Amino acid sequence: MILPMPHDHTHDDHPHSLLPSEPALRVKALETILTQKGLIDPAALDEIIDTYENRIGPRNGAHVVARAWSDSAFRAALLEDADPVVSELGYYGRQGEHIVAVENTDDVHNMVVCTLCSCYPWPLLGIPPGWYKSDAYRARTVREPRKVLADFGVELPENMAVRVWDSTAEVRYLVIPQRPAGTEGMSEADLMDLVTRDSMIGCGLAKAP
Amino acid sequence: MTPEPLFEAPWHAQVFALTVHLNESGRFDWPDWALRFGATLKRHGIERDLNGGDDYFVAWLETLEALLAEDGSADAGEVLQMRQAWEAAYLRTPHGAPVTLEVS
Repeated sequence: MILPMPHDHTHDDHPHSLLPSEPALRVKALETILTQKGLIDPAALDEIIDTYENRIGPRNGAHVVARAWSDSAFRAALLEDADPVVSELGYYGRQGEHIVAVENTDDVHNMVVCTLCSCYPWPLLGIPPGWYKSDAYRARTVREPRKVLADFGVELPENMAVRVWDSTAEVRYLVIPQRPAGTEGMSEADLMDLVTRDSMIGCGLAKAP
Repeated sequence: MTPEPLFEAPWHAQVFALTVHLNESGRFDWPDWALRFGATLKRHGIERDLNGGDDYFVAWLETLEALLAEDGSADAGEVLQMRQAWEAAYLRTPHGAPVTLEVS
């Protein structure tokens, strides 16, 4: 099927409204049809976008990690069965997925990928960055995780094992990075600032204080 | 450090939200969605490496269109017709005015 291409607007004085891109028009078409049939509620779409843009993001995951660093009972419970523990903090998957926390230690470094598509712990990390969704990351992480880590500027000791976790629609992983040295006695709020998004995917380390 | 935008284009956010909403209202389950989406990505990735940006959401949209055509909620002809109606609405609306489907 050949569809007309949107006009190429390079000038400033549009006599008519700027035509959206081809996929944008198709999304609008779907929305209109489904709304007219009563299958969707347009207000719910705005609500979902607002949630992901403003309320769900890596701060949630950082909260979980900082708590795990500060509270050994919480950490044990998190590693045992993360779902009830993170739901208690108000984070749970709306797509019915399970969250599994994997902990970095002196002996093992964990990394997360989704070779199928881009499964990701949305409630804890928000929407994945572009590189997580790229073919390059998805293919290379399984094949050559250390080289991918090097691209992120992470060099691990030779004797440290790298374990790669392949996410699915049902199971999403959260990496608990190692707590940086020199953070003894820091408050949970201060610790949160050291926990980067990449460190919870396993492509980075927590920041030094 | 400037944070990366969550969605590079508004339609990425719209098609994402539409899919999540349809899933949450029970239209399809997420594992089924992930399988279908994974298959589209794989097909698109044969010819060239996808960068995870616009091409990712193009694959996402194609998956959603196919799923909705299959379950009868929006067939291809219907979508094309509505798409043309929106294009016509943009073309007849003066720049800056709100774009609506109805001719007023």
